[in-house]
Amino acid sequence: MRVAIVAGGRTPERDVSLRGGHRIATALASLGHETWTVDPAERKLVESLRERPPDLCWLALHGKEGEDGTVQRLLDLEAVPYTGTRAFDCELTFDKVLAKDVLRRAGVPTPDWVVIEGSALRDLGAGASLPTAIERIGLPCVVKPSRSGSALGVAVVERAADLASAVMAALSYSDAALVERRVSGTEVAAAAIGAPLESLPLVEVAPKDGVYDYGARYTAGATDYWAPARLEPAVAAEASNAATMASEALAIRSIGRVDLIVDDRGQPWVLEGNVSPGMTDTSLVPMAAAAAGLSMAQLCDRIIQASNSP
Amino acid sequence: MAEFSIDRFVDRYAARAAGMTASEVRALFAVASRPEVVSLAGGMPFVQALPDDQVADVARAVLAEHGDVALQYGGGQGSVGLRERLVMLMAEEDIDADPDDVVVTTGAQQALDLLGKLFIDPGDVIAVEAPAYVGALTAFGAYQPRFLPIEIDEDGMLVEQLEQALVRGERPTFVYTVPNFGNPAGVTMSGQRRRQLVALCREASIPIVEDNPYGLLRFEGRAEACLRTLDPENVIYLGTVSKTFSPGVRVGWALGEQSVVQRLVLAKESADLCSSNLTMLMTEHWFSDDARWRGTLAGLVETYRSRRDVMLNALEEHLAGEATWTRPGGGFYVWVTVPDWLDTKALLAAAVERQVAYVPGTAFYPDGRGANQMRLAFCYPTEERIREGVARLGSLIHDETELYRSLGG
Repeated sequence: MRVAIVAGGRTPERDVSLRGGHRIATALASLGHETWTVDPAERKLVESLRERPPDLCWLALHGKEGEDGTVQRLLDLEAVPYTGTRAFDCELTFDKVLAKDVLRRAGVPTPDWVVIEGSALRDLGAGASLPTAIERIGLPCVVKPSRSGSALGVAVVERAADLASAVMAALSYSDAALVERRVSGTEVAAAAIGAPLESLPLVEVAPKDGVYDYGARYTAGATDYWAPARLEPAVAAEASNAATMASEALAIRSIGRVDLIVDDRGQPWVLEGNVSPGMTDTSLVPMAAAAAGLSMAQLCDRIIQASNSP
Repeated sequence: MAEFSIDRFVDRYAARAAGMTASEVRALFAVASRPEVVSLAGGMPFVQALPDDQVADVARAVLAEHGDVALQYGGGQGSVGLRERLVMLMAEEDIDADPDDVVVTTGAQQALDLLGKLFIDPGDVIAVEAPAYVGALTAFGAYQPRFLPIEIDEDGMLVEQLEQALVRGERPTFVYTVPNFGNPAGVTMSGQRRRQLVALCREASIPIVEDNPYGLLRFEGRAEACLRTLDPENVIYLGTVSKTFSPGVRVGWALGEQSVVQRLVLAKESADLCSSNLTMLMTEHWFSDDARWRGTLAGLVETYRSRRDVMLNALEEHLAGEATWTRPGGGFYVWVTVPDWLDTKALLAAAVERQVAYVPGTAFYPDGRGANQMRLAFCYPTEERIREGVARLGSLIHDETELYRSLGG
C-alpha cells in the first residue's frame, strides 16, 4: 500500500509529531508498504497529495490542525482515506468543553467541571463568577485550555487567588478554559486500536515530580511508566471499561487513547480522549502495545487494517 | 508486570544532566518559525548584509592558497595569524593584548564551557547579572554551581549588591558579566560601576569573566573602558566575530593571563582538539582587508541602529503606559517589563497565535524571576516587520489587560 505519513505541521508538538512519524514510517516500510512523509509546514498538503496520491494518509499530526478535524475534513473533500477518527468526532474530542458534556451524557465518570469562556469574560462580566467556580469545583482544581495538547497551558490551582492567572494562561492557548476538580490517584492511559476497537493493557503514568506536564512527558527519565498498570484486576477492569465507554461516546476510530485517573477508592475518572496519540519512543500507545506483546510493526499493521475497513 | 523505561540509560546519567529537560517554550518556537510570524525572539545577526561575493572570494583564496593547511588539524590555541587579527580587533576597544595570551575557541560559547570546566566545582558560587545571558547560565549550569544573581539597573550591575553578598560571606568563584549592551537587557555598565566592580573583585581576589560580543556594535556615545583594560590581571576577556563578521565561522576567543590561557588550551584540546582551520583562515583573511571589514561593520551598525530606532518608536506608540523597556545604545536587544500580573511564558502561545514571538524573561534568570519580562531582538527582522511585530504585541498586551480587569484584577 502507498501510505503518506502526514507529520510535522506548525504546532508546539511539531517535533513530537515528526519523531512519531519517523517511527511509523520505519514500521510500515518493514511491512512492505511504500511510505513517504508529508509535512504540511514544508509544503501545502493538497499540493503534496495531488503530486503523489497515496492509498492512505496516516495522520501523525498533533495539536490543533491535526486533531481538531481540519485535516480530516480536507481529506474527506479530496476523497483520500486516512487513519483514525472522523472529522466531526475529532472536533468534538479535541474540544474539551464539548467532549466533557458528551462523556457525561454517555454516563462516563468524569470529574466535575465548569467552563470559563474568554468572550464571556470580556463581554458578559464572567469574572464575577470566578468565586462561584471555586465554590462549585473546590480546591485544588485543574485549569486547562479547552483545545490544546500535551498538557500545554494546564495548571493546578491550590489557592483561590491563583485562579485568575491560571485562567489567563489557559486562555493564551484557547478561547475557553475548563476548571476541573482535581482527582488525586493513579494516572493511567488506556490505548485502543483496531476495528472494532480493542483495548490494550493500561499504562500507569508516574511522573517523578508528581505532575505529568510537558517536561515530564518529553524528558526521558522524568516519568516512570508501568505496563500493565499496577492496579487490582477488578479496578483495572473497571478503568478499562470506563475508557471503552469514553471511546464509544467520542466515536474514536482505529487508534485512540483515553486518559484517566483512578482515585484512592478505585473509582476511575475519565479526563479526556485523544484522537492522535503520540507514537514516539516515549509515548504511551507503543508502550501499551508492547505490554500486549505487539511490536511497533504489528501495532501499525492493525491500525492500517482498521483504517481500511468500512 | 513490567516497568517501562523509555530511556535505558536513565539511571546512568550524571547528576549534571538533570537540568537538561524538554521545554514548552522551545516547542512554541517551532510554531514561531511560520513565515507569517514576526520573530522578535532569536538573536540572529543579519548576515544577509555581508557581501556574498567578497566572502566567496575569501573562501576561494583560502582554499586555493592554503588548502593543505585549511583542511588539516591545527593547533589547540588557534593560528598565530588569526590571533594577531583578534588582537587588532581588541585594540579597536583599547584593549592591549598579546597574541600569546589569546586562545581561539568555537565561538565565545565554547570559552564559557571551558571556563566552567576549569573553574567550577559542584556547589561553587558564580555571580551573574540578573538577568544574564542564558547561554552562560546553561554552559556554567552543567558544572552544577550555585548562581548568585546580582540585579541590574540602567547603569548595569548593582555592584553594591555584590559587595553586600561578600559581606554576608559569599565567595564567588568568579563574576560573569556582559558589560556592553548586554544580552538580554541591552544595558551598558557605567564607567563608575566598572571601576567599582574591578576594585571590589581585585580586593576580594575574585576573577571577572568579561564577555563582550556586542562592544563594536555601538550606535552612539563613547565607549567605557573595558574591564580588561581596567585590570588586565584579574579579568578574563571573551570576544567573538559572530557579530562583526559571521556566527557561521564559529570563531571566538578568550584573553587571559598565560597561566589560565595554557589551561584553556589544554581544556580546548581535550574538548575538540582545535577549531576549524578553514574558518579560522577565512576569518583571518576577512579581517586582513581593513576597508572591507570596517565597511561591512559600519553597514551593519547602521542597519542595527535604524532597527533599534524603529523598535523603540513602535514600543512608544503601542506600549506606552502599559510596559517599560530599556534603550540600548548598541547590540541586539530591548528588554521589556510588563505589569507583574502578566506571565510572559503563558502569554507566548497567544502571542504566536497573533503571529509575533519573543523570549520569555524567566529563561534569563537562574531563580525563576522574570515572569513579567521579555526580550525583544531587533537585529534580524526588517524595519517593517519590527513595526508590525511590536504592534501585534501591543494589541495583545492591551487585550490581556482588559481580560485581567474582567477577571477582577
